[in-house]
Amino acid sequence: MPEASAQRLLGLVLAGGASSRMRRDKASLAYGGRTQLDRAAELLARHAAAVFVSVRADQVNDPVRARHALIVDSVDGGGPMVGIRSALAAHPQAAWLVIACDLPFLSDRVLAALLAERGRALAADPGLMATAYRSTHDGLPEPLCAVWEPRAAAALAEYHAGGGHCPRKFLMRHAARLIDPVERQALDNVNTPEEYADASRTLDAPAAGHPMQIKIQYYALMREQAGRSTETVDSAAATPADLYGELRARHGFTLSHEQLKVAVNGDFADWSRRLRDGDAVVFIPPVAGG
Amino acid sequence: MRFRFTDAAIDVGAARRELLDLGAGGYVSFEGWVRDQNEGQAVTRLEYEAFQELAVKEGGRIVAEALARFPVKHALCVHRVGELALGDLAVWVGVSSAHRGEAFEACRYIIDEVKHRVPIWKKEHYRSGDSGWVNCERCAAAPRAVAGGSSAPVHDHAHSHAHAHDRRDPD
Repeated sequence: MPEASAQRLLGLVLAGGASSRMRRDKASLAYGGRTQLDRAAELLARHAAAVFVSVRADQVNDPVRARHALIVDSVDGGGPMVGIRSALAAHPQAAWLVIACDLPFLSDRVLAALLAERGRALAADPGLMATAYRSTHDGLPEPLCAVWEPRAAAALAEYHAGGGHCPRKFLMRHAARLIDPVERQALDNVNTPEEYADASRTLDAPAAGHPMQIKIQYYALMREQAGRSTETVDSAAATPADLYGELRARHGFTLSHEQLKVAVNGDFADWSRRLRDGDAVVFIPPVAGG
Repeated sequence: MRFRFTDAAIDVGAARRELLDLGAGGYVSFEGWVRDQNEGQAVTRLEYEAFQELAVKEGGRIVAEALARFPVKHALCVHRVGELALGDLAVWVGVSSAHRGEAFEACRYIIDEVKHRVPIWKKEHYRSGDSGWVNCERCAAAPRAVAGGSSAPVHDHAHSHAHAHDRRDPD
């Protein structure tokens, strides 16, 4: 597809790093069963026209990377500067939404806020080279979650030729728009095994208060009062007792939860058990066999 | 399987044959039948509904408990689901054993526990045209006492028989 205009926005995941502190390839770290590289590419795909992964020449056959469209480093040197310059060189008319592959907390909201600010800044300053977040730690620009405009290519080449290799310092010296983070943790990167363990705990388990899908089966009086045998609900209920409270309000059940028992995933359960995404719940009114 | 459901008439002869054992000196069975009245109302028919996945699990546990608790040979419980007419066999329990005493005790244990613990529900249809889920509906409507201040028992879900308080009037 031809580059239609300078407004065409492509996505770039930087995955050429050495991961030396992690002692494992950071792109291949998994959260919730998916590699961070896949998660980052899917996130970008919701905001950019196409997504590429930035790699070194010796990484093109790596299976974690090879399933994506690649941009291989075309300039000498190393580090993120080379990845960004290679992307700008490969598609000179496009702007690039660039993110590092070690930012597991990045969200759609964070990228959308960045792109909205970039639109406003570009309208006000046609000479803009980049739009980036301001670090919560030191107030300096975060170059690895940023939009890089096509006109940054020449300035980056010049900076690079002069011995510069730090995209952060480049942004401090050139026309870059900085905005304050909209989510506190969004740009925390994961560099060490300890940080990965912490991030996994946060991302693998649905945090309290986040909606889960719960399947409910109804029998006897409950079925008649709910007007259905089964339903799947999105709920943030922490326990079956909380869930029953929500459903009682919705369906007008006459029995209180003290009069019921509850089963989760096919066996009796405590009312205070912690619900998980995908659980199957049955509320059991007083029985009358025989 | 020591506890199972059927939506057709219970075949007592076949169920009894599953308990045969040359070491058994006798066999005790209990049959629960659909009665024509309950708590002063004329009953015309019943529906049984079960949460079968859990009911089979819990019923199996009850029979296993009976086999562990009493020195009997074999035990089995079969329960109906679906629509039942007056006189139909709703539940059958059978136990074979070397001696009669433990067979009676095990049979009693199984039917009592089944009525308390297994997720099965019974809807009674009355001659009045009314109907209700036994043990469920009246409890919710008036959880503590009969209207009119008679000496009704305080409500208690730990028992499983239907109780007389707060039945809605037939008309």
